[in-house]
Amino acid sequence: MSEPIHIQLNGKDREVSSDLSVRDLIVSLDLAPEMIVVERNRAILRRDDYADVSVEDGDVIELVHFVGGG
Amino acid sequence: MTSTERADALVVGERTFASRLLVGTGKYASNDVMVDAIRASGAECVTVSVRRVDLDRSREEAILHHLDPEEFFLLPNTAGCYTADEAVRYARLGRASGFTDFVKLEVIGDQETLLPDPQATIEAARVLADDGFKVMAYTNDDLVTALRLEDAGCAAVMPLASPIGSGLGIVNPHFIRQIKRRLAVPVIVDAGIGTASDACFAMEQGVDGVLLNSAIAGADDPVRMAEAMRLAVDAGRASWRAGRMPARGIAVPSSPERGMLA
Repeated sequence: MSEPIHIQLNGKDREVSSDLSVRDLIVSLDLAPEMIVVERNRAILRRDDYADVSVEDGDVIELVHFVGGG
Repeated sequence: MTSTERADALVVGERTFASRLLVGTGKYASNDVMVDAIRASGAECVTVSVRRVDLDRSREEAILHHLDPEEFFLLPNTAGCYTADEAVRYARLGRASGFTDFVKLEVIGDQETLLPDPQATIEAARVLADDGFKVMAYTNDDLVTALRLEDAGCAAVMPLASPIGSGLGIVNPHFIRQIKRRLAVPVIVDAGIGTASDACFAMEQGVDGVLLNSAIAGADDPVRMAEAMRLAVDAGRASWRAGRMPARGIAVPSSPERGMLA
């Protein structure tokens, strides 16, 4: 098992394994990638890139989705 | 939809909408009631908000589990944003969902009244329109702000009837009519509708549509109120198109005055 890294995920510090893609991260949280929009270090990722972008130490990641609103 | 109804359909940013009633998805007691109410309203355009996924799962789940984007046109909003930058960020996150380049732009200027910040709204509208968004901008009932939003490239301008969630109805119909008269883009009354007569009255001012949320979600029977809103918007539109009789300060008899028995 690789060394854990530290990221900020949805406003909270979190320790994750260093070999994750963004897609792996989403799936590991039991979320459906097709329903999630990802902002990584203030840049929005294309959904097609989730599997290719790796989660790096110090990343600030926001996972957002649609909820009810007016 | 009959051919007459189709000919009078709401068109925003070259997209035709099946109904002139647009509804929100917030504040429902349950997702089942929400879906039933939205279906009863006949609305095609349905607003949603962009929020962080709750990783502790203590709050609601994704609305996409309940609303089929094939059935409804999902319009992401920027509700809760207080600056132009923040609204632009939320709009881009909404677009990245992959459903639409439409956005309901909302930049709040005051926490207590939730009244919009006109300057920040115009600023954000310009940035988003230049970036290819079809911006439907929530604003106050001020004509000059509405004109500036149109200049900024908005696809629709959406003046409030009264403050968000207040249910006070249209507080200034004169201003709403002026905005409608002066703008070329569609004008949709957004926020403040309390009951069906408010929605009907809004449409009777000649506006192109009505957007509401709390009036349905906050009713004792949301599904029934949704149906009332559908009928009210249709009635108000028909009434506007029919052209009302002139109001008079005196009585004018409806029945013949001649031919009465001696």
